[in-house]
Amino acid sequence: MNIINFTPLAAFIGGAVIGLAVVIFYLGNGRLAGISGIIKNLVNSNNNRFDNLLFLIGLILGPLTYSFLSKNEIPFSITASLPTLIIGGLLVGVGTSISNGCTSGHGICGISRFSPRSILATIVFVLVAIITVVVIRSFF
Amino acid sequence: MNKAISLLCGIIFGIGLTISSMTNPEKVLGFLNLFGNWDPSLIFVMAGGIFISMPFLIYFKDKPFFAEKFSIPLNKKIDLKLIFGASLFGMGWGAVGLCPGPAIASLGFLNFYSIIFVTSMVFGFLVLKFFDKLR
Repeated sequence: MNIINFTPLAAFIGGAVIGLAVVIFYLGNGRLAGISGIIKNLVNSNNNRFDNLLFLIGLILGPLTYSFLSKNEIPFSITASLPTLIIGGLLVGVGTSISNGCTSGHGICGISRFSPRSILATIVFVLVAIITVVVIRSFF
Repeated sequence: MNKAISLLCGIIFGIGLTISSMTNPEKVLGFLNLFGNWDPSLIFVMAGGIFISMPFLIYFKDKPFFAEKFSIPLNKKIDLKLIFGASLFGMGWGAVGLCPGPAIASLGFLNFYSIIFVTSMVFGFLVLKFFDKLR
């Protein structure tokens, strides 16, 4: 193992800003800012429909706002092939829907609440993702 | 008020993802590539998020400012469904380097591949909704 591209300060500050969004959404609207939860709620229910939509629109505007204010291009690079993207997207949608959470919902909100479900889910999806990367890099 | 908070929190969340470079799948895959050239940054993103949100999520349980009550998950069951779902999610995340937050946030880049991924992901949510209705 070699450590490369490590940016602990930017990562921690960015994470803290995400945490700020979680706190405001929680104290203001009484809800947890898990992104898969918000998408699932938007797809499944008529409650909070406009709230959910606005949150997701804000999420799209966030990087654009940052890019505009800082006058920096935001690096974005997808290396996966088209079939991998389609299958991967499907797995992420189905998987987070079944387990009721993703990196934000289980990883940040759930762990912050000491939820055993979320702690276990986070361990499982991180481990499986690491194994998936090993498998893809070894065989493809 | 709820609407304004939702929009604002989405924007702040997206800015946080951008500052931490989590909008870039290459950066996320650098973290998941534990047995190659490893970039531990993602741990610090989660730590930063938890560091800020934990005190508030633990301490405030009474009543939110602009809603009747806190809506938090009531399901406490640790079951196969949780592990199965988390595993499927891990496979998709590891294959592409995108999870739901960054995937949606990247739509603004108008990148063809991210649009394909999000379309497929939303289709995944719809498939689950369909099966949930059958049961």
